[in-house]
Amino acid sequence: MGWGILQIVVFVVLLGLIAKPLGAYMAHVFRNERTFLDPVVRPVEKLTYRLCGVDETREMGVVGYAMSLLVFNLAVLLFMYAILRLQGHLPLNPAHIPDMSPTVAFNTSVSFATNTNWQVYVPESQVSLLSQMLALARENFVSAAVGIAAAVAFIRGLTRHSGKQLGNFWVDMTRSFLYVLLPIAIIGTLVLVSQGVVQNLDGPKHVVTIEGVTQSIAQGPFASQEIIKELGTNGGGSYNANSAHPYENPTPLTNLVEMLAILAIPVALTYTFGRFAGSQRQGWALFAAAMVILLMSVTVMYASEQKGNPILTKLGASQASTATQAGGNMEGKEVRFGIASSILFSTVTTDTSCGAVNNGHDSLTPIAGGTAMLNMALGEVVFGGVGVGIMGLLVNAILAVFIAGLMVGRTPEYLGKKIEGREMKLAVLAVLYFCVTALGFAALAAIVPAGKNAALNPGPHGLSEILYGTISQTGNNGSAFAGLTASGRFWSTIGGFCMMWGRFFFIIPCLALASSLAGKKSVPPSPGTFPTTGPIFVVLLVGVILIVGALTYFPALALGPIVEQFLMNAGKLFG
Amino acid sequence: MKYVWTSIRMTIVTAVIAGIIYPLVMTGLAQVTFPGKANGSLVKVNGRVVGSKLIGQDFTSAKYFQPRPSAAGKGYDAMDSSFSNLGPTNKALADRVQVSVKQEIAANPGLVFGAVPIDMVTTSASGLDPDITVANAQAQVARVAAARGMSAQAVLALVVQHTTGRELGFLGEPHVNVLELNLALDSAQGVKAP
Repeated sequence: MGWGILQIVVFVVLLGLIAKPLGAYMAHVFRNERTFLDPVVRPVEKLTYRLCGVDETREMGVVGYAMSLLVFNLAVLLFMYAILRLQGHLPLNPAHIPDMSPTVAFNTSVSFATNTNWQVYVPESQVSLLSQMLALARENFVSAAVGIAAAVAFIRGLTRHSGKQLGNFWVDMTRSFLYVLLPIAIIGTLVLVSQGVVQNLDGPKHVVTIEGVTQSIAQGPFASQEIIKELGTNGGGSYNANSAHPYENPTPLTNLVEMLAILAIPVALTYTFGRFAGSQRQGWALFAAAMVILLMSVTVMYASEQKGNPILTKLGASQASTATQAGGNMEGKEVRFGIASSILFSTVTTDTSCGAVNNGHDSLTPIAGGTAMLNMALGEVVFGGVGVGIMGLLVNAILAVFIAGLMVGRTPEYLGKKIEGREMKLAVLAVLYFCVTALGFAALAAIVPAGKNAALNPGPHGLSEILYGTISQTGNNGSAFAGLTASGRFWSTIGGFCMMWGRFFFIIPCLALASSLAGKKSVPPSPGTFPTTGPIFVVLLVGVILIVGALTYFPALALGPIVEQFLMNAGKLFG
Repeated sequence: MKYVWTSIRMTIVTAVIAGIIYPLVMTGLAQVTFPGKANGSLVKVNGRVVGSKLIGQDFTSAKYFQPRPSAAGKGYDAMDSSFSNLGPTNKALADRVQVSVKQEIAANPGLVFGAVPIDMVTTSASGLDPDITVANAQAQVARVAAARGMSAQAVLALVVQHTTGRELGFLGEPHVNVLELNLALDSAQGVKAP
């Protein structure tokens, strides 16, 4: 396990090193200041505004910002739907893939537009290369850019001291696309190709093996898509097996690069927030709280997966960690990753709204699978998805100061602004929508035959599949206990609701909260002010996130993963 | 209405940049800088492509090292990558592992109940895992050596030669690429590819 722990430590250190330079750069980008990329990117940016008729000096209030965001999302969604429905008649389709069916195309478009990227489709046989580029990869950029724009508007609201303006949506979106996502994606693509991720425009390659069997191997321009899929915390794979597929994630090094890409922007946004707040310690406090929960999650999952499945030991298999094998629960895992690189990826992808997977989550030991579920259910605030993650963290920070305020009987303040009834209502709304949607639909699915029968695995694991499904879609995560057949009408429909509500019932109340705070005068700190920069605040924030999450989800988790863990240890089988 | 008009125009502009220019330019760059890797790391023997270094393929003959069980299509279907999705308490998983354990013990002399490497009897995440663990390879050495009339030491030496260690010294796990090892066996015995 020593090597595994070293990998985790190195990963965490690298995250810490990324936060400052990338976060400071993004602060420049979103204050519309000059950056070192201006000579190349600024002309493209200006051209974009001219072509789209955007006045970059005009700021928007909450209504203008939210309307632009919603209408733009809808336009891109319809464009994507059209491409998928017509792909059989469009060029760049060497495998002769037919048009996508209406149900699957609708679900896929919603799923990508909301940054969920739940895969009901099998890419190898249902998505043409043109669709991969023009529908999937392009929506990966856009939904990430929209998320970052929303976060920037939110941060502006929290840190401004006059007016109710939040910035210009088109400018924020365009700048996150051109200055942040695209440059990193270009470098990342080349790094991935150098390790073996495919990047070509060919159809499937047909080879005859030395034993004389024909094997067809799907190809495509997938390195350019892989990097933005991680960087934008999107997660929809070019292949059905997602980042477990050797063409998406060929080596332990690409695995590290992909995990860093997932967390780079969410981590750096905590630093950007510090810049906007005028106090770097405000940002580091959020960083520390999220990191504590990340490490807790990794520890639980690693211990559980390395211990393995006692049922398989009884059947004669060796899961011991030795010099010649990593051991542990290897069902649904790749040999080159072993346990450590697999569970770290699982933690990272469920801490954020990414949902890419490099191992089969359905085959995780119950406690590890339950931890992945809880990561998402906490609201994906452990750095979280690009943009929405920092918003979630800040909403929890507001809850934390509110609770602290209740304890001492004082009006709570955050960043010098009084948190009053209206703000608390909006913050609670942004927290409550999640459990109401996820648990409500899970309960419905567990009693309706069409919901229940979609689960592949019998016993408590079946309930875990249902729970994971609604939590993942509401959290816009998109990873799955993939034994759940989610392509039927019942699951497609409730999935669509979960994804839409999960995205917009979160972003809209957050923008309203930001706008409400933007107009408030800053109160100078007094001896009674609760400081939101020190270790006490970090502990309180971690406590609030975990307690709210645990109280909400413990009953459901007890019936799924927790009871299954006990039954597995007792050797009980279902089937 | 203004929102709609701007949205449509922005949809087109981002489509051109992110959906057309970006992937095509990256494909061009990749084809120039890393042509072999960008095209799938295909492996050629005597000018004929026999597979990809990165994509697992099935071997059934006793004289070849065999890959892990696969859940991709009917096994190593590279048009249908997939994991098994079987939960840890699913009887179907236990039954499948039980059958695999029996088969492996019967096929591999010296392999005993309780010592069967876990990757030998579990399906991978992609269904296309090109690698096996060192323990798995060692467990197959006696069988392969006997089937080929080679000494166990010679086969073991090839296993050691084709073991890839941790990347950069600490990342991932040591692994043995099955296709490369089998090609090395054939070439050690002077077998020409069919």
